[in-house]
Amino acid sequence: MSPTRRDFIKATTSTAAALAVGDHLASLGAEARSAKAVAQSLPAGAAEAAVIDLANDALNAARGAGASYADVRIGRYRRQGVATRERQVLGVSDNESYGLGVRTLVNGSWGFAATSVMTRAGAQAAALEAIVLSRAARAVQARRVELAPVKPVTGTWITPVTRDPLDVPLEDKIALLLATNEAALKVTNVRFVTTSLALLREVKTLVTSEGTNVTQTMIRVGPYFSATAIGNGDFQSYDEELAPRGSGWEYVESLNMPGNAERWASIAAEKLMAKSVQPGQYDLILEPTNLWLTIHESIGHPTELDRAIGEEANYAGTSFVAPPEKVIGQLQYGPPIMNIQADRTQEGSLSRVAWDDEGVPADQWLIVEKGVFKDYQTTRELVARIQKLTGVTRSHGCSFAESWNAVQFQRMPNISLLPGDKDLSVNDIVAATERGILIRNAGSWSIDHQRYNFQFSGQGFYEVRNGKIVGMLRDVAYQSNTPVFWRSMDMIGGTSSYWIGGAFDDGKGEPSQSNAVSHGCVPARFRNVTILNTARSS
Amino acid sequence: MAQARPSIASSQLLTRDQAKALADRVLMLSTADQTRVLIVSRWSGNTRFADARITTSGSVTDTTLTISVAIGKRQASSSTNALDDASLKRTVDVALQLARLSPEDPELMPELGPQTYQSVNAYVESTADLDPEARASAVRRTMNAATAAGKPAGEIFTAGFLEANARVTVVATSKGLFAYHRSTDADYSVTARTPDGTGSGWARAGARDWSAIDAASIGRIAAQKAVASRTPQPIEPGLYTAVLEPQAVNDLIPLLGNAFAARSADEGRSPFSKPGGGNRIGEKVVDERVTLYSDPADRGLLGAPFDVQGLPIGRMVWIEKGILKNLAYTRFWAQKQGVRPTGGALAGGLALTGGTKSTEEIIAGCARGILVTHFFYIRSLDPRTVLQTGLTRDGTFLIENGKITKALKNFRWNESPLLMLSRLEDIGRPEPTEAGRLMPALRVRDFNFASLSDAV
Repeated sequence: MSPTRRDFIKATTSTAAALAVGDHLASLGAEARSAKAVAQSLPAGAAEAAVIDLANDALNAARGAGASYADVRIGRYRRQGVATRERQVLGVSDNESYGLGVRTLVNGSWGFAATSVMTRAGAQAAALEAIVLSRAARAVQARRVELAPVKPVTGTWITPVTRDPLDVPLEDKIALLLATNEAALKVTNVRFVTTSLALLREVKTLVTSEGTNVTQTMIRVGPYFSATAIGNGDFQSYDEELAPRGSGWEYVESLNMPGNAERWASIAAEKLMAKSVQPGQYDLILEPTNLWLTIHESIGHPTELDRAIGEEANYAGTSFVAPPEKVIGQLQYGPPIMNIQADRTQEGSLSRVAWDDEGVPADQWLIVEKGVFKDYQTTRELVARIQKLTGVTRSHGCSFAESWNAVQFQRMPNISLLPGDKDLSVNDIVAATERGILIRNAGSWSIDHQRYNFQFSGQGFYEVRNGKIVGMLRDVAYQSNTPVFWRSMDMIGGTSSYWIGGAFDDGKGEPSQSNAVSHGCVPARFRNVTILNTARSS
Repeated sequence: MAQARPSIASSQLLTRDQAKALADRVLMLSTADQTRVLIVSRWSGNTRFADARITTSGSVTDTTLTISVAIGKRQASSSTNALDDASLKRTVDVALQLARLSPEDPELMPELGPQTYQSVNAYVESTADLDPEARASAVRRTMNAATAAGKPAGEIFTAGFLEANARVTVVATSKGLFAYHRSTDADYSVTARTPDGTGSGWARAGARDWSAIDAASIGRIAAQKAVASRTPQPIEPGLYTAVLEPQAVNDLIPLLGNAFAARSADEGRSPFSKPGGGNRIGEKVVDERVTLYSDPADRGLLGAPFDVQGLPIGRMVWIEKGILKNLAYTRFWAQKQGVRPTGGALAGGLALTGGTKSTEEIIAGCARGILVTHFFYIRSLDPRTVLQTGLTRDGTFLIENGKITKALKNFRWNESPLLMLSRLEDIGRPEPTEAGRLMPALRVRDFNFASLSDAV
C-alpha cells in the first residue's frame, strides 16, 4: 500500500488491532522468566553483549566498504493491545519486532538498509546494502550532508515508571476495560462503548562509528474511551481525552476509567439533546484537552526545519514559517504572553528520551519567545542551515525513527504552550468572557500543507454567555488561519491549569513514519474566531 | 559497471514451499482448538528526494508472522518477526496464554477449511527488480523533465518519492486452509514548486508494474502545473461546479469504505441505515451513471484473492447504476443475517466506472467551475453523511467556457463523497490512480468550497 494523505494523526483511534510488535524478555511463561533473570544480571536497561556485537559487525562492514560515517540501531519493540466493545473483548494482541537498521554516509550521501536477519551475515549484508544506496544517491546530489559535531556518549536510560504495563496481568486489563464499559452502558441511550489499551515497550540500542553506544527503554501507555448514544433518530459520540503518556501502569490507574465512565458516557447522551450551533464569530475558549492538537498542527509542524526548507514538500508539505532568514527573530507568531517550548525532557511526555537517534543529548529550548519566532527543530544534518541566524551550533536532538526498519530523520519533540504569569484557571477565563464557546477534547482536525488554514472540532462544546456556561452545543468546528488565530490569543491559564496531551501516531516522511509526541498547554482564549456548523455545511 | 545481481525482492521473499513449511511448523506447535497463521514477507525499496538531492533512501526486508489461537470461544493473537524455533514457540505460547486469560468471545467464528481462490497474477518482476541505481536514474529523468517544463518560471524545485514493494501474504489454518499470494506495487509522486514560491504542481502514478510508470511524464506534468498555478487569485468561497481529476477522486471515494460495513448499517450507524431499522440495499443512493465495485481478478485492479482469515474475495458490486447492491459482511455478521460473507469492504481493489471521457473532455464540457488536482488532509466531520473536510493542493484552477483561465488560491472544502455522487454532471473513464484502483474524473455540481487557504 502506498502511504495515504489521511494518515497524519490517528492517535485517538489507536486500537489493539492497529498495534504491531516487541521484546522477548517480558513474555509470559517459564522460559521468559529465565530470560528476564539473565537480563537482570546486566546493568539496568543495558543491551546484551550479542546485540552490541551485531551492531559492531554492521559498523565494521560499513566502514570497510567506504562509509565516512555509519550508525546502527537495533530495536526490540513489544506492543500489546486490548480492545473491547460493550460486554466483549474485540481483540487481544501481543506483538514483537526485532531487527537492525544501518545508516551510512559515503561521499556525503545517505544510504539506509534494514533487516530482521539477526546474524553476523545478516548485519553485514544490511551494511553493504546501505552502502549501495549511498553510492546510488550520488547520481542526484546537489549538496553533501555535513553533520554537526556531537560528543560520543555511552549509557543507558529507562522511562521512569512505578509499574511496567507489560507486567500487569492481562485479566486486570480486561477487567478494567469491561468495568468501564459496564459503567458507561448504565447511561440511558448509550448503546455503544469502545475502550482499548495500547501498551508499548521499545528497547533501542544505537552504536555509531564515532563511538556512541547507548541503549534506551521507552515505556508508553495509550488508553482510549468512546461512547455512542442513539436516540431521536440520531447518533452522537463522545471521546474522552485520555492522553497517551510516557508512563507506567500507574498512569492508567490514575485515570479511574471505571469510576468516570458513566460521567463521560452521559456527555454522549447529552449531545443528542444539545442545541446545534449557530455559525458565526465567537470568542473561543480552548481547554488544554483540545488545544494540544491545535498546537501540534499549527506550531509543531510549521517549525520543523526540514519542512521549512522543502524536504517534506511532496507529502506533509512546506511551511509558512520560512525562509529561515526572514522569520527567525522576526515573525510575530502571537502576542507577548505566548511562549512555546520544545523539549525532550518533560516527565511523562511521549517524546522524552536521554539521547535522540543520533546520540544527541535531550534538549529544551524556546521556539517562540514572547510571541516572536526564535528557533526551529533540528538534527545534526539540519542545524548548519540556520546556525548563523540562531547562534546555536548543536543539534536540538530531534532525530527519530519509528522502528529499526525505518531511517531516522527530523521529528517533532514535545512542543508546549508555557503557562502565563497569573495563575488563572479556565473558570477565570469563562468568567471574563461575554459571548463565547468553550471546547473540550480533540475532534476532527485538518490543516493545509503550509499550515495556514485549519479547521478543528472537539468532543464537548459549551455556550458561554456573560461569564457563565449556559448550555451544551453540538456540530461545532472552528476554522482560522494560524498567524491570525495565535495573534488573537488574549488570555491564558497559569501553572495550575497546565496539562499534557499527545498522540502516538504523528505521521510524516515517505514512507510515512509515526512519532509519539506530547504537547503541554494551558487553557487559552482566542477572540472572534469563525465557528462552523458541521451538520449543515454539506 | 553494471553487475548482475539476483532480483533483490525475489531472492528474499518466501516461496510457496518455504511458506508452507513455516506455517506447518507453527501449526504443529499450537495446542489450541483452532489456530491460524498469517505470514507477511516483504521487501521495500524507496528513494525520497528534494532540492536536487536524495534526502533519504532505504531498503527493508522483513517477515512477520501472526498467530491467532482459539481455545473454546476464547481467542487471542501474538506476532513476531523472529523465525527461529524458540521464538516461534514463545510466540505461540504467548497467544495461548493470552487466549486462556481472555473472556469468551460470543462472535468467534470457527476457522475456515480449504478454500478455492481466483488466480491473480499481481507480481511483476520489473517492480521487484527496481534497485537503488534504477530508482536514482528514474529520479534523474523526472528532474530533467521537470527542469525543462519549469523553465518559464525559472529554476524549478522538485521533491518526490518513489517506492517499490514486493510482498508475499500467506494464511494457513489448523483446518487445512493454505493460501499464498504474491504481489508487487510501485508508486511515484512528485511535487514541483516555482522559485517565487507562488506556484506548486503535483503528479503521481502507481501500478503493480513499474514499467507502466513514466518517470519523465510525472516530472513534466508536476512542473507544468507549477508554472500554470503561479500567482493564484482568490475567489469568493462557496458552492461551485468542481472538476475533480482522477487522483482527486481517488482521495475521496475510498473514504466510503466504512460506510459499506453491513453491521454499522444494520445497527443504525451508517448513511446506509434505513430509518426505523435495516439497511438500504436495493435503494437508489447516487446518480444512476455510477457503478462501484471491487474485484481482485480485474486486470486493472489485481487485488488479493483472500483476506487475513483466508476468506475468498470475489467480485463485489457495491453500487450498480446508482443502486446500493451489496454491503460488506464479516463472517459473523453474515451468519447472523443469513447471507454470504464478503470480507472487508473494498478488500479486492476498487473501481468507479460509468463514463468514457478523458479529463480534458470533462473540462471542455464545463461552463464555469474549479479544477482540482488533488486533495490534502482529509478528515471526517460527520459519519452520518460521510461528510469530510480537507484542502485542495498543487494546482487549483478556474475553468470558464471549457478552458482553464486562471490559477486560484487553494480552498478548504466540506463535502461528502457520497452526497457528491448524487450531484454528478459528468463522469470520465476509469484511469489507474494507484495499484488496485481505477478512478475517473468527475464533474460535480455545488461542491462546497468553504474557505480560502493561503497555502501554495
